[in-house]
Order: sequence, then structure tokens, then C-alpha cells
Amino acid sequence: MNQETFAVSSPILDTQTATAPSQVHTLHLKTYLLIGMMIITGPVGNLLLAKSTKQVGEIKVWPLSELVGAFVRIFSSFTIWAGISCLIAFIIAYMLALSIADYSFVQPAAALGYAVIAVLGVLVLHEKVTLLHWAGIVVICLGVSFVRNTHPRTTETPD
Amino acid sequence: MTLEYVLFILIIVVGTAGELCLGRAMRETGELERLRLSDAFSLLGRALRLKWIWIGVAMMATAFFSLVTLLSFEDVSFVVPVTALSYLVGAVGGIFFLGERVSWQRWVGIGLVCIGVTMVVISR
Repeated sequence: MNQETFAVSSPILDTQTATAPSQVHTLHLKTYLLIGMMIITGPVGNLLLAKSTKQVGEIKVWPLSELVGAFVRIFSSFTIWAGISCLIAFIIAYMLALSIADYSFVQPAAALGYAVIAVLGVLVLHEKVTLLHWAGIVVICLGVSFVRNTHPRTTETPD
Repeated sequence: MTLEYVLFILIIVVGTAGELCLGRAMRETGELERLRLSDAFSLLGRALRLKWIWIGVAMMATAFFSLVTLLSFEDVSFVVPVTALSYLVGAVGGIFFLGERVSWQRWVGIGLVCIGVTMVVISR
């Protein structure tokens, strides 16, 4: 079969006009969507990791046989693989976001994930979260709102 | 306790350096034009051929195993916010390693994130 059959470009692509304002709009939209994916998959992944490691109990680093034994027990659970899948999705979203926006924009913006993880920690792991802890999370969110006001990209795209 | 500090340093410094390497690689691949699976995978495919990705992945793997170990004896809602100290490391790295311009607004934002993180630590 001819490969060119599949090389038909989409009409959506062809009608896209490269005007400056819409490009800026697309830049923001793409960045926000990818960061949105990051703040969901990241915390969920970390939470699943925590759950799987807690099931095993405290890891002894020495003797080495203890450490290896603990890792074998952890990596034979379903939970850790679900967690790893989430973190792979997180890394993919992170890499794609970094292709569009600054590291010093994406990294702080992803801090919104800490609010997500605190909520999940309370709801799923029944961890205690104090008032000061919540206040800290509010300050983190405030910080992210400042970062959000800056332009996502301050470097040139290399050709 | 000492082990805790070593693990935190591995997570924060080595982990952030690894992410900066990913950032460097994604500068070289160019921007994701459209949010499409095919575009995303071709971009990632190009990225996987760059040495920066693998340097970054090795560093992030080190940080990841440190995190797994630390999470086995610490609360997740304590561990993960503390690793946010990497925002300072990240901003400095962004300026010197990636040539980004960090405006005062961005610094204020990063500063607030760090204050928030400190509050989370004290609250424990």
C-alpha cells in the first residue's frame, strides 16, 4: 500500500492562520492544558507510590539484602505500576510543556499539584493536614498566580 | 535523620538538574505545534535521540529512587511539598543553563512558593 495515502494533511491544519495574537493565545492554551495534565497525573502518581511503599513498611538501607528484598516486594505490587504509569504521563506532559514554555514558568506553575496532593492525602491516605499546612498551600497558589502573569516563553525557538 | 537530609538533597538538587536537562533537550527539539498525539510522539521521538534527555533521565531516576525510599517512612503531604525547594534551584538553573529571563513578577511568585513550602514544613 502506498504510504502517501496516509500523508493527507488535515483541513484543520490548512485553515490555521499564523497571526500573532492567535499564536500567543495558542501558546497559553497549550501550556495551560499540559500543566493541567501535570498537576493531576503528578500528585496521583506520587500518592500511588506512597500507598505502595507504605504497604511494605519502612525500608532498611543496610544490609543490602534488606534493601533489595524491599524493592522486590514494592515492585511486585499493582499499585506501584499504576503510580509509575501516572508519573510517565506526567513526564511526557512536562517535556511537551517545556518545548513550549520556560522551565522557570512551568516548574512553579506545576506547584498547584501540591494543593491536589494535600487534598488526596487527606481523602485517600487519611493523613492529618493542619491549618498552617493549608495556609502554606494558599501561599503557594498565590505565588503561582504571580508566575502566571509573566510570559510563558522568554527564549527564542531554535530552528 | 542524616539519611533523610541526604535523600532530600538528592531529590531536590539532582532531580532539578535532571529536569533542567530535559528543558535543554526540549529547546533543541523545537516547540510542540499542535496538541495532537501524533505531533507529541514525533516530538518525543526526536527528543529521545538527544544526549540531554538521557543525562536528565539518569539524574531524575536517582531522585526518583530517593523519593521512593523517603516516602516509605515519611508522610506524602510532607515529603512532596518540601521538594518544592527545588524552585529556587530551578529558577537559577533556568537563568544560567537555559538563558531564560526571570522577571520580578516571576521571582515574587517563586519566593511565595518557597514561603508556602516553609509554612508547610513548620506546620508539621
